Amino acid sequence: MVDSHHILLNPTENKDTRSGFGQGLLEAGQADSNVVGLCADLTGSLKMNAFQNAFSERFFQVGIAEANMMGVAAGMTIGGKIPFTGTFANFSTGRVYDQIRQSIAYSEKNVKICASHAGLTLGEDGATHQILEDIGMMKMLPNMTVIVPADYEQTRQATLAIAKHHGPVYLRFGRPKVPVFIQPEAPFELGKIQRIITGSDVTIAACGHLVWEAVQAAVELHKEGISAEVLNVHTVKPLDETTLVESAKRTGAVVVAEEHQRLGGLGSSIAQCLASHHPTKMDFVAVEDQFGESGTPNQLMAKYGLDAKTIVKKTRALLGR
Amino acid sequence: MNYGELQATASQVRRDIVRMVHAVQSGHPGGSLGCTDLLVQLYFDTMNVNPSSFDMDGRGEDLFFLSNGHISPVWYSVLARRGYFPVTELATFRKLNSRLQGHPATEEGLPGIRVASGSLGQGLSVALGAAQVKKLAGEETWVYSLHGDGELQEGQIWEAAMYAAHHKIDNILSFVDCNGQQIDGPTDDVMSLGDLAGKWAAFGWHVLSCDGHDFEDLQRTIQAGHARRGTGQPTVVLMKTEMGKGVDFMEGTHKWHGIAPSDEQLDLALGQLDSTLEDY
Repeated sequence: MVDSHHILLNPTENKDTRSGFGQGLLEAGQADSNVVGLCADLTGSLKMNAFQNAFSERFFQVGIAEANMMGVAAGMTIGGKIPFTGTFANFSTGRVYDQIRQSIAYSEKNVKICASHAGLTLGEDGATHQILEDIGMMKMLPNMTVIVPADYEQTRQATLAIAKHHGPVYLRFGRPKVPVFIQPEAPFELGKIQRIITGSDVTIAACGHLVWEAVQAAVELHKEGISAEVLNVHTVKPLDETTLVESAKRTGAVVVAEEHQRLGGLGSSIAQCLASHHPTKMDFVAVEDQFGESGTPNQLMAKYGLDAKTIVKKTRALLGR
Repeated sequence: MNYGELQATASQVRRDIVRMVHAVQSGHPGGSLGCTDLLVQLYFDTMNVNPSSFDMDGRGEDLFFLSNGHISPVWYSVLARRGYFPVTELATFRKLNSRLQGHPATEEGLPGIRVASGSLGQGLSVALGAAQVKKLAGEETWVYSLHGDGELQEGQIWEAAMYAAHHKIDNILSFVDCNGQQIDGPTDDVMSLGDLAGKWAAFGWHVLSCDGHDFEDLQRTIQAGHARRGTGQPTVVLMKTEMGKGVDFMEGTHKWHGIAPSDEQLDLALGQLDSTLEDY
């Protein structure tokens, strides 16, 4: 068996990460009366209904006007509120980049930009809504923290954690139901990589939905005699360089997997880190400079090579096996 | 402050503006001179503020948001003259390592600034968020915002306008600097704004208008705005101004939107503006 920590290798339950956000927001609202919610006509999709019902005076419907939502959220921090904005990842980033840049990031406002339906797993709506550039856009902004949790429980924990963290945060999660494999007692610390499988031949670093794929890949590689370490890089920025470099030094090979463009995502952050501190042979499982298309989440992840099978294939090739 | 004191303060602020822009040969004097009287009225007469102990949250204070951030010279001068920071710091405007950035910013910690502005159209949304927090806190304070008329070409302004009416935000008084000018020429030529009063009214706002260079009219209009608290309706003031007001060769033209005066032009301008509080 692989040497795993705080995860289930045979999870029995599937849940969507957006529901983890909804539950986390409700709990954050119960814990701190300064937490307020704003939503741009996607309350049900973002699972913000529980918060809205519990704290109607602290929930603000903004309508289909995301630029205004970002500005209002920035303004609400003046006076001490902790605004959580909710809409799809596409409308949380690209559509409102300048508003986030000037009114939130540059102005150092304590706004939590919570983004659902990120990436290809949004599915049938197609490429107009399947943003694959958001991690890159958000990590480039000074002052911005970027979190991409892996499952329901971790998204709940991340939501609670960012409420307590002072400063702008981008929290990215998704639409489909995916395995709940990270155990609740797993320590979640912003900015700290979780080593969920220890190995010695290769490091597979992943975020979001690709973490479970990385776990499955490690199990498969283990059968072939390849000992793969799996790092859950839930905090893309600031990057936990210490854990990353230590792992790369031990294994000597790194594969990065993410539901994002290869240009500008987690892979490029890790490549830059290793180029500076410990040049290591690498490969990348990501979208190759393309837009997505309509299809079911599983069909799309298979077609675009964002799955355990592709991680296994690229790892073998990287190791010359 | 009486009218004479307000006028004297405004004269000094106008001197500061042309001297700041001249010193660094960069900045936006036209709109700054046009909005001088409003900012002097707000900071020296209307607003309840704590300049000596600036606090980002501004609880219990009135707040002001400058959405058209390029007219930073007038804001910086008024903040300094009101006691937010030393007037000598005005000499650092737009220079390296200054807290007085080209456009207002919070990163350097300049007292009085609560959000960055410059990229247009964003300030109304921010002001509305701050106003809602004050309503939640049960404060009787006011939030003021200022916008250029050209800035109203940005779509976000109208998203925010709709939001304010829907959420019944009646503790905001927003001013539009109606000087009819923008960088490329008169607003009517560049992108006509049409019936502005009708547009704001259609978005659910109570609309007032005033002469932005008449302190009596400004005060009367602000009082009329204050009387609207409790109506559940936001209020906008369409404020008629003249770009470059106070310096005859800068008045009424878009040409001084973002141009600095030469040495000779500085002397000419200062000859038209009394030094009432000593130059920095």
